[in-house]
Amino acid sequence: MGGVARLVPVLVLLACWEGAARLIGSRLFPPASTVVAALGQEAASGRLAHNLGVTMARVAAAFAVAMVLGTALGMVMGRWRRVDRALDSLLTGLLNLPALVGIVLIYVWFGLSEVTAVAAVALNKLPNTAVTVREGARALDQGLIDMAHSFRMGRGAILRHVVLPQLYPYLFGAARSGLALIWKIVLVAELLGRSDGVGFQIQVYFQLFDVTGILSYTLAFIVVVQLIEWALLQPLERRANRWR
Amino acid sequence: MLGVEISRKTVPARGGPRTVIAGLRFALQENEIVALVGPSGCGKTTLLRMIGGLDTRYEGRIAWAGDTAPRIGTVFQEPRLLPWRTVRQNIALVRPPDPAEAEALLALLGLVPYADLHPPALSLGMARRAAIARAFAIRPALLLLDEPFVSLDPAMAEQGRSVLATAWRTRRCAALLVTHDLAEAASLADRILLLSEGPARVVRELLVPEGSRRRGIAEGARVAAAIT
Repeated sequence: MGGVARLVPVLVLLACWEGAARLIGSRLFPPASTVVAALGQEAASGRLAHNLGVTMARVAAAFAVAMVLGTALGMVMGRWRRVDRALDSLLTGLLNLPALVGIVLIYVWFGLSEVTAVAAVALNKLPNTAVTVREGARALDQGLIDMAHSFRMGRGAILRHVVLPQLYPYLFGAARSGLALIWKIVLVAELLGRSDGVGFQIQVYFQLFDVTGILSYTLAFIVVVQLIEWALLQPLERRANRWR
Repeated sequence: MLGVEISRKTVPARGGPRTVIAGLRFALQENEIVALVGPSGCGKTTLLRMIGGLDTRYEGRIAWAGDTAPRIGTVFQEPRLLPWRTVRQNIALVRPPDPAEAEALLALLGLVPYADLHPPALSLGMARRAAIARAFAIRPALLLLDEPFVSLDPAMAEQGRSVLATAWRTRRCAALLVTHDLAEAASLADRILLLSEGPARVVRELLVPEGSRRRGIAEGARVAAAIT
């Protein structure tokens, strides 16, 4: 029932798109059916899989780096006021650094490579994760941590059983908004400095004014992102919050 | 087993540090149950935290027989159970040396029907019992109890005291019980230390007659009235 309710607006939108595009009849606004057909061709040629694949790999790498480093930074800043005060203005600065500037500077200073592309994307997400996790670290229940100490629980056990479960909502929040951010920024990084991936393809189609190509890749990308949300993020979140 | 001599303990407060304990001294014997009774805010909870090793910033000393702190089970005023673990899993978390003992404690404290529930589903009284079971599960030599029956209705509190007394009969350990209720202190403890308004120190020591120990709150109230 929920699935149908979700699907109806999508189908209505597709129908409106199809109708409007046929009515206008411009090469710059192709109907949905044409876009889907182009998508089929890209898929058959193997290019779609390759480009989506490398983009996803970059997303995964940048996501992992940003989550791990951002979580560590956020925990340290949330728990130690001195570190927080020392790094706070730096973090705010980084948070407000335009994504484009970060990417361009990293490319200029460290060269065009897979590593710099991933680092540039991760840098854009890292402060966001740190700020969210810092919030969580500040909200930790000290009473539960005291309890754990009083029962002589080790550091590892406290982190795993007492601290992390309290941080899950914040970590999921960071992961959710992080993926949304990284999807967008990874395309910019590809457009500026890579020779494959969805961002690169869109740049090629842009130069050819090929709106059908742009829309077909956009569509494929949106579908993949939705699948990850449904198949991975939501079940994980439900699992972590089962006890509530 | 324990000698406490705190010359001074301050806590940060608005307008500078506030002295909560000054010149407090007492001793605790093996297997002895001592109640610390005093007005609220007189530093009793702070004292338990210091004895439990959670607060080490004070002037004075807390000395253990044998020089190392024994195994201590703490029952905090709030139950402090992990809400994402069931009662049974909460007890397992503190690594009871004997899992069969953990199960026996669940039965002894009347927690079997609640063992697979998560703490948010428990009443305060049941959650406190689970915290008591957890503290006993590590086979403590010393039990620290901070107002374990405060803000429960009288019947629930009396039930809790009764199962605690039963647990003590079968599992001997020393205990420090913080309470502001003299009748409760007399119904559970062997000896009562009356603490002053903060900064806390011991103003009187009362011995509960052996024949009157752990005989319920009515007997506790009678003893309290007789010995004060």
